[in-house]
Amino acid sequence: MNTVVLTGIITSAIAFATPYLYAAIGEMFSQRSGVVNLGVDGIMLVGAYAGFFVALNTTASLGPMGLWLGLVLAALAGLLMGLFMSVISVTLKAEQGISGIGLYMFGLGLSSLLFRVTIGTVKTVDGFKPVPIPILSNIPVIGPALFNQSVVVYGAFLLVPLAWFVLERTTWGLKIKAVGQSPAAADSLGVSVNRVRYVCVCVGGMLAGIAGASMSLATVKLFQDNLTAGLGFIAVALVYFGGWRPLGILLGALLFSTITSLQNFMQVLNVGISPDLAVMLPYIVTIVALMFPINRARQPAALNRPFERGES
Amino acid sequence: MAKIDQTTVVRRVIDPAFSCRLSFAFWGRITILLGMPPAISPAIRRTQRKIRANWNDIAFSLTLPLLAVLFALAVGAIILLLLGVNPLDAYAAMISGAFGSVQGITQSIAKATPLLLVGLGICIAFRASVINIGAEGQIILGALAATAFSLAFRTLPDWLLVTLTMIVGFAAGAFWGFIPGILKARFGVNEILSTVMLNVVAAQILLALLKGPLMDTQGVTAGTFLPQSEQVPGSVWLPRLVPQTLLHTGAFVAVILAIVVYVFLWRTTIGYRIRAVGLNLDASRYAGIRVSIYQMLALTLAGGFAGLAGVVEVLGVTHRLLEGITSGYGFSGIVAALFGGLHPLGAIPASYLFGSLLVGADKMQRAMQVPSSLVYVLLGLIVLFVVGSQYYARKRATRRASTTVTTVEEEVATA
Repeated sequence: MNTVVLTGIITSAIAFATPYLYAAIGEMFSQRSGVVNLGVDGIMLVGAYAGFFVALNTTASLGPMGLWLGLVLAALAGLLMGLFMSVISVTLKAEQGISGIGLYMFGLGLSSLLFRVTIGTVKTVDGFKPVPIPILSNIPVIGPALFNQSVVVYGAFLLVPLAWFVLERTTWGLKIKAVGQSPAAADSLGVSVNRVRYVCVCVGGMLAGIAGASMSLATVKLFQDNLTAGLGFIAVALVYFGGWRPLGILLGALLFSTITSLQNFMQVLNVGISPDLAVMLPYIVTIVALMFPINRARQPAALNRPFERGES
Repeated sequence: MAKIDQTTVVRRVIDPAFSCRLSFAFWGRITILLGMPPAISPAIRRTQRKIRANWNDIAFSLTLPLLAVLFALAVGAIILLLLGVNPLDAYAAMISGAFGSVQGITQSIAKATPLLLVGLGICIAFRASVINIGAEGQIILGALAATAFSLAFRTLPDWLLVTLTMIVGFAAGAFWGFIPGILKARFGVNEILSTVMLNVVAAQILLALLKGPLMDTQGVTAGTFLPQSEQVPGSVWLPRLVPQTLLHTGAFVAVILAIVVYVFLWRTTIGYRIRAVGLNLDASRYAGIRVSIYQMLALTLAGGFAGLAGVVEVLGVTHRLLEGITSGYGFSGIVAALFGGLHPLGAIPASYLFGSLLVGADKMQRAMQVPSSLVYVLLGLIVLFVVGSQYYARKRATRRASTTVTTVEEEVATA
């Protein structure tokens, strides 16, 4: 395999990992506090649309600032969706699996509705430009692949140590873990279980919004109906796969993005496998990965259980 | 019947397992094997009926979903207003499209048919507290198997071919539900995630087959290369009930199956165990029910019914396999089942309602240029509001149940 192809595969693998990372790290916070948010895919779609719509209409006047504005709006839209989810699943104590699917359908419909009314046809934006990091980007093969990416991509990878720091080295992280592990105990020590869960689900929503925008503004650079195609669900699976830890999620995201990237190159290089079947690969790998219970013991004990005082 | 003390009666009313055991003593093994209802004396039946036919409760359980729809329509109206569309006009177009003509009504029933079939499967799965999101994939597998089978065995006699096609489609969908079932039972794989992944896998298999071996030869010779199959033989087409409309006999099949599922869930031992698993996992395990087996069974049956929805769609409406064969029924079916209170009979009117919503939205899109994706916004909101209100419904139910037991006790004491 020549080095150009290798660089190409790594470059796109890193880019593909970006939405996975934002969405899965966000979902990790949500799940560590005990709330499964299955609506990630829907939130990503709304975020992707919001970011794209703003960028499309402002880059003419604002230039690259329009992209940043789009990213901020996407985060805000994601935050609102997260807030909606927390009202339903924390305050109203709804079954989280079903409400997540409801949120997914809502996000899918809303993004498609708004897209068809306000944009109509598939358009593209220039998107975030790659920013080469001096010296490092000159390393052969991996240099241009790892260190010549856009800011949004770097941000996703910086999010991993940041998430680790928040979880393991701050009081907030301790509270999140306590609420997810033993809400009754946390409650008895004066931690507001619902408030912690609200914050976590909202942060998760915000990151899912950014994940969507990272696709529509940085990696795919367009918006269409169902742009994410179930990527948000893979992100949820990554949280299980990564054992609810940032590093595990990073490894999982890289694994899946590499498979996706390989599958794309297989199509381009015409290996002889039907491209329609090759697309299935990441999804099948997800199922297989979930079969190995390496990390199941790490699952937050109160996952998927609404908290109510006086119930164990 | 011999003298029954008060606690027996109360336990019998509130605890079906206990009631099963009593009938075991009266009728022997046969009744339970046949899944017949346990023998109950007229006195107890009267009190039971009193508990069941509490009109307040029925009104309450009907009010919540209707409120959810009103809320969803209100939020939808706000979104439409923001987009510069008059929501009243849009909703009026929707209602007249769905209910204003024979065409609209028959089309709604035709759309309700796959929704009901999917919803029946969802009822079984959700009752066993397994969340099956995989109906989309299961529909595809059912439709795929039905098309391939009827094309391959077109020489069989009509009635045999139709029956076998339906069975094969059911089996194919059931297989697609069995996979997440066995993965959950054997490896503890979260069924929500595995079913979502299997949806994508099924969609890709369909696409690959439609572009390959199953592609219509006419499309190849004409050079259009449309991703669709040949027409299935005319002998398997489900007869249209009203000529010139989409309404076909599959609607009857679906309604009959709804009754079958009701009997299965509430009048057989297996159905009882499935519901017991959903009501309390730990208690069921303690009572000796093999929880993982019953959850697997529930997922398999759910897959089968979704597969049947795919069969009915091919044989009744499209007459060939198309790329978009599911039309999102896998998701709207979930909403219909939830809306019907996860009750097979409740799913009948709920499916009709959502069938009308889908038809109305299509008509609205044509009349008002409002994209029909609005339906998904409404469906999503309805799901959120329905599950959001369930907690308070549950709370109310427990409060009332505790008062009911005391009334029954008084009743028995005076009798």
